[in-house]
Amino acid sequence: MSQNLTQRIKTAQIWDIPGGIHPPENKAQSLKDPIAEAPLPKQVILPLAMHIGAPAEPLVQVGDKVKTGQMVAEPKGLVSAAIHASISGTVTGIEDRPLAHSSGMSGPCIIIESDNQDDWVDLEPIDNFRDIDPATLVEKVRYAGLAGMGGAGFPTAVKLQPRHTIHTLILNGTECEPYITADHALMRERAEDVIQGALLMAYMVGEPEQILVGIEDNKPDAIEALQKAIDRAGDSRLSQRVFPTKYPSGGEKQLIQILTGKEVKSGGLPADLGILVQNVGSAVAAWEAITQGKPLVSRVTTLVGDALGRQNNYLARIGTPIADLLELAEIDRNKSDRVVVGGPMMGFTLLNDQVPVTKITNCLLVPSLKELPAPPPAQACIRCGLCAEACPASLLPQQLFWYAQVEDHDKLRDYNLFDCIECGACAYVCPSSIPLVQYYRAAKGDIRESEREKVKSDHARLRFEARKERLEKEAEEREAKRKARMEAAKAKQAASDSGKSSDGASDLVAAAMARVKQTSANPEETRLKLERQKKTFEERIEGIEAKIAEAESDDIKAKFSSQLKNTQKKLDGILEKLDSLENTASQEEIAPAPEKDAAAAAIERAKQKSEALAGMSESEKLKSTLASLKSRQEKAAAKVAEAQASGADTLEALKTGLGKIEEKILATEKQLTELGED
Amino acid sequence: MFKQLSSPHAHGPTKTSWVMQQVSLALLPGLAVLTSFYGWGNLINMLLAIIFALGFEAAIMALRKRPVMFYLSDFSAVVTAMLLALSIPPYAPWWVTLIGIFFAIPVAKHLYGGMGFNPFNPAMVGYIVLLISFPVQMVEWAAPRTMTDLPGLGEALSYIFLGIHPPDGVTAATALDLVKQNSGLLMEQLWEQTPQLSTASFASAGSEWVNVAFLLGGLYLLWRKLYTWHAPVAMLATLLLLSAIFYDGGSSASKGSPLFHLFTGATMLGAFFIITDPVSGCTSNRGRLIFGAGVGLLVFIIRAWGNYPDAVAFGVLLMNFAAPLVDYYTQPRVYGHEKRSNVRIHRE
Repeated sequence: MSQNLTQRIKTAQIWDIPGGIHPPENKAQSLKDPIAEAPLPKQVILPLAMHIGAPAEPLVQVGDKVKTGQMVAEPKGLVSAAIHASISGTVTGIEDRPLAHSSGMSGPCIIIESDNQDDWVDLEPIDNFRDIDPATLVEKVRYAGLAGMGGAGFPTAVKLQPRHTIHTLILNGTECEPYITADHALMRERAEDVIQGALLMAYMVGEPEQILVGIEDNKPDAIEALQKAIDRAGDSRLSQRVFPTKYPSGGEKQLIQILTGKEVKSGGLPADLGILVQNVGSAVAAWEAITQGKPLVSRVTTLVGDALGRQNNYLARIGTPIADLLELAEIDRNKSDRVVVGGPMMGFTLLNDQVPVTKITNCLLVPSLKELPAPPPAQACIRCGLCAEACPASLLPQQLFWYAQVEDHDKLRDYNLFDCIECGACAYVCPSSIPLVQYYRAAKGDIRESEREKVKSDHARLRFEARKERLEKEAEEREAKRKARMEAAKAKQAASDSGKSSDGASDLVAAAMARVKQTSANPEETRLKLERQKKTFEERIEGIEAKIAEAESDDIKAKFSSQLKNTQKKLDGILEKLDSLENTASQEEIAPAPEKDAAAAAIERAKQKSEALAGMSESEKLKSTLASLKSRQEKAAAKVAEAQASGADTLEALKTGLGKIEEKILATEKQLTELGED
Repeated sequence: MFKQLSSPHAHGPTKTSWVMQQVSLALLPGLAVLTSFYGWGNLINMLLAIIFALGFEAAIMALRKRPVMFYLSDFSAVVTAMLLALSIPPYAPWWVTLIGIFFAIPVAKHLYGGMGFNPFNPAMVGYIVLLISFPVQMVEWAAPRTMTDLPGLGEALSYIFLGIHPPDGVTAATALDLVKQNSGLLMEQLWEQTPQLSTASFASAGSEWVNVAFLLGGLYLLWRKLYTWHAPVAMLATLLLLSAIFYDGGSSASKGSPLFHLFTGATMLGAFFIITDPVSGCTSNRGRLIFGAGVGLLVFIIRAWGNYPDAVAFGVLLMNFAAPLVDYYTQPRVYGHEKRSNVRIHRE
């Protein structure tokens, strides 16, 4: 690096982040050679959810022939990314396959068998992106399937449509995690594309005032290459910021702090500060997507670790089974017991290696047993505070650990558990080998789970309350109806009581009513019923006829025909009944049935008689009813008192009974006074 | 199938047992100077204390059905034993050490939940129990080499194990005691008239060099980054400030010079080995500043106006009480938050 260059880079101000650690870098072993292209895989497995957000939706079917670069699944919803065939060949399956995930879970994947041709779709390169509207370019990025290549996998297009004005675009070339060199290799070999990609992204987000490339000082060759590309680009907004190597400087929030001195508000986004951070790999992918029309079908992955014979960076097709790459890197399976996807600080171990490389697989670390031994059993926390000094977010990991152990969710929130970026610096320095990050992850999961439960139970509570209200209302209505019926029955009872003395008039009334019901209510109901039946049978016949028309063999036709015959017969019967009913009805209309007349007359007579009787003895009758009710009330009151004294279970029932009697008394008294007024 | 492990997969070299070993190592210069100025007493006491401590620790671990060797190998019991042995008078009888260790390890440490859970510094609990229960044995510190001929190894063993009381020449009041008891003399006169002070190089005979040795041990631990500078510096600065204010130009009411206070008694042992105990101390750096300053303040108050000649143990235990509260109000400002977190009254 020339003196002049170093001078220029050093003049810009940078800020320090709190905490941080300096683990052995282990970057040299994978940087000896340039990026090597991995051979075409025989098969690729393309998970529909390689990115954060909604899984893509398949556009192909099993058996389809696809070309390299052909979109095989389209983004679904806003936060999603397209997926493209990374080889040419045949779709042999759309099914659940194990994913590169710490849980070993499976997910839907498109599987393509290679035809070994690597036959590409026709690409649509854009020579000068400035001729195209930025929104169109963002859409192209979206359909090129770009997702944050630094490891987070957030759809790039979404980040390129910020809600706020962006004044600073930051290109993240930090790659602070030990062992990983994918970005480093890309920067030193394709610095030009990185810088041009940055300018393209700047155009897409409305030309921010400054474009900063952030890089740690442990990558002198990449720094030099980038600076040359920046000088050639001749854009005064571009500048490279080199800062001391410290883990985790490459975290988005940390990098913003280092380069601008600002902090992203807790729970907020960098865009709130007018800052957009993109990974250098994403910049290269965007550059290729626009200027070559090339969707994201491959990525640089670091294969590193003492258990590998050829540690290097490989350009691998997305979907390549990890086992293929491990073989390519000459894995010695006796030397290793685990495969880490990502780096030693934040990577996760694989359950098996039959899972594919995805858009976010930046490193496959296969350490020997000696290289990264499993931690010794955890000892008690001695509250030494080394973790707090290492935490880049200024949390108090020892307190978080304490409350995570006792699952005190409130305290965990008070101590800002959700500002933990899970960088692992605390667990790295812990002298008691406590797996702190594991505790925090579990606690975060528990809190999220209980929040979901709370939302659910709130919902259930609301529903329960609504139901209770509804039931109460219904019960009230029922009670009102019951009262109305009771009143009616009482009136009727009164009527029949008075009728009893008059030579069985009530019997006559009842008999008359029953007869009337039989003759007058029935025909209409029967007719309606028959018509419904008629309609059903007609529909059924239609259906059977359709089936006969469709039927392929005579056997089936014969079967349906007999069904049709039976149904037709039944329909005929219904029609017959309907006819006869209509005949009777019309007859009735012409000449009302004599019995009906007689019944009406009987009712009339009975009513007259009972009314006459009632008229004479009504007040006396009511008085005697009242007397008997009062004696019942006394008895009931005595019983209630007894129950109250003994604390019997029946108290409530007795009270209700007493209440009812009292109600009746009131009603009878009212009737009496009304009678008096008459 | 591969092995499943949670991130991070890389781990730093620092282990708790290594931390404890470093602390033990850093105590050795102090022990050497103590032995050279006061004879075999502290060395014998220390071996005794370590044996008792490991015995109690092993017994308790066996009782709690935990792997005994796993816990013994963390070295924490050894550190506790060393700290207590360095605090008690060189020729205290063996049972004093035994009782002290009993209150330090089974009571102050394990009854509170064991390693990492003790709210009070175990060695200081042991010391305070002894100081209150056996004032006769505990205030009789040995006379330094500058004043008298030191007892031989055999004599030392007989004082400790056979219950033979050391003769008057062997024990002597400490310099702190003398300053406290002084009522009529100017500081200058006191210094001339008492051998503990007149034979001293710059603070008090014997004790001054012991303090220098502990200071060096402490600086080593700071260099090793086993703890931060906050608590020790806060304690020493507070002590310096207060002793400067109350020095009173060396009058008869003087409480002693700043240099005297910094390099006598348990000042340096306290500053670099006791208040830096992470378990019972404060957690954040601001908290440690307050913790250290609090101990410094209490030490001076008790030295100047209290009933006991030295006060590090009391100061530490009193601040141990306050540590959770200090922790609560001194949390660092978390990334992305405008204010320091949770200055909030507890819900219950």
